[in-house]
Amino acid sequence: MLEADNLECVRGERRLFAGLGFRLEAGELLYLQGKNGAGKTSLLRMLIGLLPPEAGEIRWKGGSIKSDEFRADLCYLGHLNAIKEELTPLENLLAAARLADEDLSEDDAIDALEQVGLAGREDLACKYLSQGQKRRVALARLVKERRPLWILDEPFVALDVAAVDWLAGIISGHLQRGGLAVMTTHQLVNIPAGTVRELRLS
Amino acid sequence: MLKIITAVIGRDLKLAMRRQADIVSALFFFVIVVSLFPLGVGPEPDLLRKLAPGVLWVAALLATMLSLPRLFADDHRDGTLEQLALAPHPLGLVVTGKVIAHWLVSGLPLALIAPVLGIQFDLSTDALVVLTFAILIGTPALSGIGAIGAALTLGLRGGGVLLSLLVLPLYIPVLIFGAGAVDATVTGLGGEGHLSLLAALTFASLGFAPWASAAALKIALE
Repeated sequence: MLEADNLECVRGERRLFAGLGFRLEAGELLYLQGKNGAGKTSLLRMLIGLLPPEAGEIRWKGGSIKSDEFRADLCYLGHLNAIKEELTPLENLLAAARLADEDLSEDDAIDALEQVGLAGREDLACKYLSQGQKRRVALARLVKERRPLWILDEPFVALDVAAVDWLAGIISGHLQRGGLAVMTTHQLVNIPAGTVRELRLS
Repeated sequence: MLKIITAVIGRDLKLAMRRQADIVSALFFFVIVVSLFPLGVGPEPDLLRKLAPGVLWVAALLATMLSLPRLFADDHRDGTLEQLALAPHPLGLVVTGKVIAHWLVSGLPLALIAPVLGIQFDLSTDALVVLTFAILIGTPALSGIGAIGAALTLGLRGGGVLLSLLVLPLYIPVLIFGAGAVDATVTGLGGEGHLSLLAALTFASLGFAPWASAAALKIALE
């Protein structure tokens, strides 16, 4: 499904990695590891098509990733939360879904917010939420997300222990449905389902 | 296609309503700058009538400039811009929505208040009507051209000054035809020709600018 061939990444004057390749099939999870500055986020940004690789090629279902079809299959969660401080969690979820061309009903959105532990705070502007709660608003997107490819940049950052377990469950559910996931993380979290592969950048 | 544009407009208008200080400050800037001229120049109706079109239009350009740096900067800072770029439709459509929303909160209020300010310059009713109309159809071009500058200077330190240097020269045609329309009405020549050219500039920039801005945004996101 997702193939990367001979990728090379140069940031500034430094070559971060070269000759990197992998294949990921349905139901598989790729853990990207490596120390700070090893190029984990750069690799993720290549995979979503925002950063053109210096050399090499990335294919999704055998086709280019520079297409609306690829982006319709993609869900990306960066280390920025992509939520608006002035809007409430509910408005944020609904607006994000509309802009990404997804169907999300208000009931589904409220349900998702309840699952991430924000019940009762749906109508509070996000600027009044804590850092961890803002992260939960961003993660609430994943609850109803049915797109096959998830690319997650440090999804466990700023979460408490219970939330880490909850998120691991959400990701395994996604893999069980035949989804693919690529994520970077510094803490190794046990994902119960699916095949887990590891890629270490150094 | 229309769905995504309306979704962007709806979201941006909602954000603007939660942050009304931004809209109000640009509008007050316009009112104050225009009102200073009659006080400084003195009460000579002939001179004021001559000055009016230029003063109102220059103030409108500067007031539009005030809100431009934030057009993409907020979305860039909180990561929303990445998500918009990854949505399964062309980024140019998203920018079109943002340009229209920008005009609704910055250009449209200027057009609505301009006739009131025009009275200070002793403009005739005809001239006031043409002035309002000219600002109404000319300001979308300002938002469109401004979006290119805002996208090119995104993420740069001191981008605000650079943005003015980039965008103000490109505003010159709009200034000439916008002020020219009012001038021509005051002197009795009729402003229709100028207004048509102004409308042409607006259509051209709304068709072209979102795609140029989208290309610049993609570079900024790398």
